[in-house]
Amino acid sequence: MKNFKINHREVRSYDVLELSGELDAHTASQLENSLKKLIDNEKHHIIVNCEDLDYIASAGLGVFMAYIEDVRSLGGDIKLTNMNPKVYNVFDLLGFPTLYDILEEESDAVEKFDNNESK
Amino acid sequence: MSNSSSTYSISVQASTEHLSEVRDFVAKHASEFGFAPQDVDDIRLAVDEAYTNIIKHAYKNDRQKSVDIELGYNSQKFWISLLDTGDAFDPSNYSKPDVRQKIKEKKRGGVGVYLIRKLMDDVEYQTKGSVNEIRMTKKR
Repeated sequence: MKNFKINHREVRSYDVLELSGELDAHTASQLENSLKKLIDNEKHHIIVNCEDLDYIASAGLGVFMAYIEDVRSLGGDIKLTNMNPKVYNVFDLLGFPTLYDILEEESDAVEKFDNNESK
Repeated sequence: MSNSSSTYSISVQASTEHLSEVRDFVAKHASEFGFAPQDVDDIRLAVDEAYTNIIKHAYKNDRQKSVDIELGYNSQKFWISLLDTGDAFDPSNYSKPDVRQKIKEKKRGGVGVYLIRKLMDDVEYQTKGSVNEIRMTKKR
């Protein structure tokens, strides 16, 4: 089993989850736990940096589908950044780019949060 | 053009723990077949989705069950079959998922079948006796 890992750090008042490895039906619960924890702690400005994410299956997309409304209804967002083309392609097949804020760089997400911009 | 064909198979326990092993098995053979990296990625994801659906829906997470995975190819095409003995999937229930609506309802899932159809050239479901088969084909 290839490792899936999540590293959590803060950029000012925003929370960044750095994903690495393979996100599938086996590893999706780790992402779910991390997101839940942030939301439970009233952290609603979340950036998911996918730079080292090598693979995603629909179970991984499902986690984002389950929590985006909660976060947005509380005035926040989950912004996704730094995806490689392979991972972006899977999001694109399901039409995610019109529904989620998917950005080139983590700094773009910080800037949009600073300017209070949403999708 | 050669008529020769090759087939390979593995049997795995129905557990998400084995997902990466299953993906690696099909990706290795798809690469050897000569597919471009994007086609290999498509096949890897389609098989992941099919195997995950069997674990969750056909076997309802009973990890005592197993899934047989067979693949083969000839000069024109590459196919993969996943066989299970759980609840049969009815493809007539299939429709294109409305992700916007699912998000509103905080629903996840229900997109794997659609992905498989997008990623592969042909997808067939059949049940013979107690065995369900999903057979996915990609042309060269």
